[in-house]
Amino acid sequence: MSSHNGHTTDFKKESRAHLLTLLTLLFLTIVTVGASYIDFGSGNIVIALAIATLKASVVALFFMHLLHDKPVNSVIAVSGFLFLGLFLTFVLLDLGYRKDSTPQNCPPNALCSGARFVPPGGEAAAGGATPAPAADKRE
Amino acid sequence: MSSTTADLQHGHGHDPNAPESDPHFQHHFTTMEQQFDTSKIGMWLFLVTEVLTFGGLFAGFGLLQGKYPQEFIEAHEHLQRLAGAGNTVVLLFSSFTMVMAVLSAKSNQKEKTVRYLWMTVACALIFMCVKAYEYHHKFEEGLLPGLWYSHEGDLIKGSHGYASFFSFYFMMTGLHGLHVVIGAIMLSWLAIRANRGEFSSNYYTPIDLVGLFWHLVDLIWIYLFPLYYLIK
Repeated sequence: MSSHNGHTTDFKKESRAHLLTLLTLLFLTIVTVGASYIDFGSGNIVIALAIATLKASVVALFFMHLLHDKPVNSVIAVSGFLFLGLFLTFVLLDLGYRKDSTPQNCPPNALCSGARFVPPGGEAAAGGATPAPAADKRE
Repeated sequence: MSSTTADLQHGHGHDPNAPESDPHFQHHFTTMEQQFDTSKIGMWLFLVTEVLTFGGLFAGFGLLQGKYPQEFIEAHEHLQRLAGAGNTVVLLFSSFTMVMAVLSAKSNQKEKTVRYLWMTVACALIFMCVKAYEYHHKFEEGLLPGLWYSHEGDLIKGSHGYASFFSFYFMMTGLHGLHVVIGAIMLSWLAIRANRGEFSSNYYTPIDLVGLFWHLVDLIWIYLFPLYYLIK
């Protein structure tokens, strides 16, 4: 290996950089575990996902060499995550805004525990004669 | 930085105008560098399909968490946070040994390449042992997917939410575990080849590509860990 003295210095420099990346990732792991013990309400999941995304970016940029690699690989990687984002966005929209298709007498395990369908005439009519045919019509 | 990387890639004694001298050179490429870049693009395209596969499972998990919020929080209490955190550290460390194996290979350091590859395999085995311990604990308590769920003492009686949680838990950690096992097999194959002296700064494409795969396995776990073990 005597002919590779030039490389040994690069090797040392690069291994130090990789070690620093590892320490950053371990530190972020401690932060994310620590944050999970504190109650931020619905903020917990946002914090956990934000730290996870930060860690994933560090892995992709430094361990997977995207930062110093040919840009085409970054384009492929980023486009993959963009399509994943598009997919997740529409799933979340569906979760938040879709009305139930089986509003009446929903059994505990059917797909209707999200937004409740309110029939025309509102909840007040629920005890009367109208809701049953309305439910039939929805099905 | 980019110039040093380029130097390392080309190495000594390699003439880019005469790639035929390298036994790994395939005739349909112009240079070794073009051959390397092409392989890498192929690997990245494969990794994108992996991201989308797991993305679909994450979306399903998110949907059912929205449907059964209480059950999912209660179910996640059965997971051992310490085991999950320990496995996170093991996988992060294995990503470090992996990147060191790639660096050693492209710096012509054969012994270090072999050592770092075996260290990565060891991390994979530790990860799977912890996983086996966790799965065993779930089996004992009847915390199983779908119809096999038989755990007693849930707060919301008769809800399918618990079984749904464990369906996703076993599906996602199982698929991830399968990736770890496949990664360990490929890394062992590379370690044997590296020991035979098959890789050098002129040709270390397999180590680089398996490395990318291994980092993706780590990256997926980075999301699995907080979503399963730490959700509130």
